[in-house]
Amino acid sequence: MADGAVAASDVGATEFALRERRDTGALHRAIFIGLAGLLLVAPFLAYPVFLMKVLCFALFALAFNLLLGYGGLLSFGHAAYFGMASYVSAYTAKHWGMTPELAILLGVAVAALLGTAFGALAIRRQGIYFAMITLALAQMVYFFSLQTPRFTGGEDGIQAVPRGKLFGLLSLADDRILYYVVAAIFFGGLLLIYRIIHSPFGQVCKAIRDNEPRAISLGYRANQYKLAVFVLSASLAGLAGATKAIVFQLASLTDVHWTMSGEVVLMTLVGGMGTVFGPIAGALVIVAMQNYLAHLGAWVTIIQGVIFVVCVLVFREGIVGVIAKRVKQPL
Amino acid sequence: MVAGGGSAPDVILATEGLAIEFKGFRAVDGVSLRVKRGTIHALIGPNGAGKTTCFNLLTKFLTPTEGTITYKGRDITRMKPADVARLGLVRSFQISAVFPHLTACENVRIALQKKRGDSFDFWRSERVLSALDEEALRLLDAVGLAGFAELPAAELSYGRKRALEIATTLALDPEMLLLDEPMAGMGREDVDRIAALIRSVAKDRTILMVEHNLSVVASLSDFITVLARGKVLAEGDYATVSKDPRVIEAYIGVGHG
Ligand SMILES: Nc1ncnc2c1ncn2[C@@H]1O[C@H](COP(=O)(O)OP(=O)(O)O)[C@@H](O)[C@H]1O
Ligand SMILES: [Mg+2]
Repeated sequence: MADGAVAASDVGATEFALRERRDTGALHRAIFIGLAGLLLVAPFLAYPVFLMKVLCFALFALAFNLLLGYGGLLSFGHAAYFGMASYVSAYTAKHWGMTPELAILLGVAVAALLGTAFGALAIRRQGIYFAMITLALAQMVYFFSLQTPRFTGGEDGIQAVPRGKLFGLLSLADDRILYYVVAAIFFGGLLLIYRIIHSPFGQVCKAIRDNEPRAISLGYRANQYKLAVFVLSASLAGLAGATKAIVFQLASLTDVHWTMSGEVVLMTLVGGMGTVFGPIAGALVIVAMQNYLAHLGAWVTIIQGVIFVVCVLVFREGIVGVIAKRVKQPL
Repeated sequence: MVAGGGSAPDVILATEGLAIEFKGFRAVDGVSLRVKRGTIHALIGPNGAGKTTCFNLLTKFLTPTEGTITYKGRDITRMKPADVARLGLVRSFQISAVFPHLTACENVRIALQKKRGDSFDFWRSERVLSALDEEALRLLDAVGLAGFAELPAAELSYGRKRALEIATTLALDPEMLLLDEPMAGMGREDVDRIAALIRSVAKDRTILMVEHNLSVVASLSDFITVLARGKVLAEGDYATVSKDPRVIEAYIGVGHG
């Protein structure tokens, strides 16, 4: 019977898929090990400061992608969490003499609080309205930062932030030592995000992203999950911003500016939205471009714009998305 | 709150003068339903009669302009949809509702997960979920999807998506199921399988279903409510309803329109 033949080939496809699922786990493990190895040797191959910049932005993009790719929520205001955490960690390290790990933790805590407040407002709306609300709230943070120079240093920002001593013991003045601390934070953040994506919670988030009414009809209070993933994403964006402030010893208006929100969207799209590793690739490409094309001045922005358009038009899956399709494995 | 006849112990779900108005158009217009515990109750009627809208009202995806809904003696008229589901009143959708990027197995697991409570445990590994695989596969097998467990739901045919949706709904083990045209778009063989499945799960549950396949309705349902233009046209068992001249007219009238 023709029907039977179709069914049989479908079953074959499923066995194939089953094998793939096992392979995917092994592949991801291999990528993590490879990445860890790369992180260890990287400072011998490239400038630690450049690498740290890539890692901070990669973590930022990973955090953003958690919300967009797995929560299905497009935030246009992630600079608020990145930038506010950056200010808090810079301020507490400089004026309160906090050790770097405490300064960073405070930055994350503030980002989490801000994410809770803003997320609670934004998740009440869907799609483009959600995006507009996140943007509007982030603009409020920007103007707050502009108007409170006693905290933010206004146009100057908070400069000469001491890198300090990790746990009060290990001096981070040396770029290479600081690099390994940043690499550890990045890798920890990546592992956490990977765990979140694959956790029971992440599974529900993906279900809500795929079909919200259906998830609700199964008894999930979708808004609570959206808020939770929003707060997680904001906190991790804060971790990236707070770390960045210690690395560059600077927190400034750039960090809370809407262009920062735009940049993280760009990195995520270039790398591959909804892929695990895409945002890292995206951050590497964009940061490298900004660094090596810096002498072109304003042209960098235009080139970025062109890349953005090309990505959206012809390269929709992003770098890692395209590779994933080639190797027929989720990456 | 006790609302009218809804309080009778054998009535699990009751509505009283349920109505909703869309910009002056009353899609559901004063519907009073009594669904008895442990029965299969069919809601039939021509296209546009308001059956899906009724389901949306019952499961709180829409808020009625008038009337009350009582479930297990409790007024749920103003409740939120997720909370109604938590009371054991779970629906399927007319337009197949699956999670397209999740595999068939993962789709069912989402429901199995819910049975264990909320899932805010973002720190826990997916191994917790693998423990549910066995039960998920058993449910998939029951709807004839055993061979498709690892396929993304988006890649399933229309009929199989419907079957997956039923498996997912059943995974919640709800006390009462609302099935909106569960067999639409299915082949003959699948219709028989799903009909048998519905009959078997109905042993200890209540089912309210919308179905166009009248032979399925005839063989499955204990009680039928016929809806037309948002109003209850007739009620009773199949023999009574199918002989009702108003029902025959409503069906033929629309068939020509
Ligand atoms: N959200 C809505 N807004 C306006 N009209 C609606 C809406 N939902 C349903 N309707 C109308 O209500 C009527 C009943 O629709 P529906 O309940 O889907 O019918 P059935 O499921 O019985 O075929 C139709 O005329 C439909 O166009
Ligand atoms: Mg309908």
